Amino acid sequence: MRDVAVVAFAQTAHTAEDQGLSEPELILPVIQEVREKAGTRDFGFTCSGSCDYLAGAPFSFVSALDALGAWPPISESHVEMDAAWALYEAWVRLQHGDVDTALVYGFGKSSQTDVRELMTLQLDPYYLEPLGLDQVSFAALQARAYLERTGRAESDLAEVAARSRRSGRDNPYALDLPEVSPEDGYAVAPLRPHDIAPDTDGAAAIVLAAGDRAREMCERPAWIRGIAHRTDAHYLGGRPLDRSESAAAAALAAGVGKAPVDVAELHAQFTHEELILREALDLGPDVLVNPSGGPLAANPIMATGLIRIGEAAARIHDGTAGRAVGHAAAGPCLQHNLVTVLEG
Amino acid sequence: MSAGVPLTAEHVLEFPGGYTRTTGPVIGRFLTELREGRLMGVRTAGGRVLVPPLEYDPETGEPVTDEWVRVGPAGTVLTWAWVESPRPSHPLDRPFAWALVRPDGADTALVHAVDAGNVKSMRTGMRVRPDFVPGPERRGHIRDIRAFVPEVTRIVSPIRTRYRVSAGKALTRFLEGVAEGVFIGGRCDTCAKVYVPYRVSCPECGGVIAEEVNLPDTGTITTFAINNLPDPRAPEVPFVSAYVLLDGADIPMITLVGGVPAHEVRQGMRVRAVWVPPEERGMSMSNVKWFAPTGEPDAEVSR
Repeated sequence: MRDVAVVAFAQTAHTAEDQGLSEPELILPVIQEVREKAGTRDFGFTCSGSCDYLAGAPFSFVSALDALGAWPPISESHVEMDAAWALYEAWVRLQHGDVDTALVYGFGKSSQTDVRELMTLQLDPYYLEPLGLDQVSFAALQARAYLERTGRAESDLAEVAARSRRSGRDNPYALDLPEVSPEDGYAVAPLRPHDIAPDTDGAAAIVLAAGDRAREMCERPAWIRGIAHRTDAHYLGGRPLDRSESAAAAALAAGVGKAPVDVAELHAQFTHEELILREALDLGPDVLVNPSGGPLAANPIMATGLIRIGEAAARIHDGTAGRAVGHAAAGPCLQHNLVTVLEG
Repeated sequence: MSAGVPLTAEHVLEFPGGYTRTTGPVIGRFLTELREGRLMGVRTAGGRVLVPPLEYDPETGEPVTDEWVRVGPAGTVLTWAWVESPRPSHPLDRPFAWALVRPDGADTALVHAVDAGNVKSMRTGMRVRPDFVPGPERRGHIRDIRAFVPEVTRIVSPIRTRYRVSAGKALTRFLEGVAEGVFIGGRCDTCAKVYVPYRVSCPECGGVIAEEVNLPDTGTITTFAINNLPDPRAPEVPFVSAYVLLDGADIPMITLVGGVPAHEVRQGMRVRAVWVPPEERGMSMSNVKWFAPTGEPDAEVSR
């Protein structure tokens, strides 16, 4: 395997409301910032992750290229997934050996539609989507399955929310969310509003570089020592919903357990997902989880997973961690999981 | 453009008339059976029964067999989530549960709504059955099942029988006293214990009680209970019922205690009966509204 590292990371100051920016306007500052950090304007490969359904227009990701300048033609690709999978594609592309740098970015404006119902459209169109099963409802099915298997309580979920919001208030890029109120009613029982990641607009970008090129661009590159993704069956009744077997398989393939982990950034859009992921990745109580506040403090969907890898890398860059894990998830109830192991 | 107010426009993405999808042979068979009011699963090469059926085994990726299996229709709830405020897209317009239901004979579970009426009716492991929409309205669609409904596990039996009961001589005598604002007790001629209410024999030694004793309406609380369930005989919730040992009696009498916050009631507290006005009295214990604290120092309570 060719040594590839995260050498630059930038994200927007995420917002809960539409700031009146088009997608290219949202992306432009983070592209400029990572170009500056990496010390180059040109990359051997460019890959983005976004969702056309967020804007309600086919091929809306193409207009986002306006923020890059794509002439003369650049080598470019896109995934209709969280940009963490764009990073995976870029990592694979760099393994070919003919290019040394890659730009990865992702963006999402949740403010333009009802994301909770939009997520119904990702479900199988015969058995699930016609029921109108929304995102919070399917998450709540998993939450109860997890709580009943483990005997954990709703107060354990509230603790995850409280810690995430506290950390988020210390993170200038995350939202300032109020203290968790135990009197909050249920959204869909057993989930309460504080158990659910907030609707967020935002974008993020990462630069990957291989070998010596990485050392030139970054004082302390965050080397990708393992990266893997695995998928569970889509249908919710066809897999054990009280755990995430695919997250555990991805963690095993990425080698999470080969050495101690200092910090992990987990793509948990619901409080119970963090607990399921901690178990699946076998992270002990000494592992710092989501010091950024995680998705429960800022969830610019399609960039949220990439930001987990970026936040994990940032802790390698600044020397506060020697070994970090970045995790991204997609699909209903943690169906699809990507795990990255980064080392200084 | 004014600062801070983004210029916006409404935009709708829609397939007019709906998007047409082919079902393929497996999903098509399942939906056809559903239109007939039957819940069917398909067997995998490994022997498992998938409900709802897929063309492939999600565990192995192998095509499923041609063997169809009638399952359920009853099934077991594996997990559930309660929706108090349904959305327009939801299958029911009143509070309901989402659930994973494993039909009897299936190895997987179906996601659907459970029309349980109340969250208190829901629990993991409960038994439910599909409620199909009427035959002519079925169209070969997952919503041909209107919802699952709980199996019958209980019925309600109204019971009401009528009696005319006699108070008996002793109680009649006691209530005559109460009508006059007096508690009449009786002293055992053998062991000398004083009982109130008045009775004709001593339950302890078997002696005859012939001597009436008029007791004062003051006494001491020996024990009490704070009741948090409403009772038609009590004025409010919570209320306190207590054993009061009337001065001069050997056996306590059960009464209500009032005129004091429930949490201040204690053993040894001195109390006095609060009588309803004489013109409202009859041959009934409702002559005594309750016992209220006298304000005297607490008395020693001995066993």
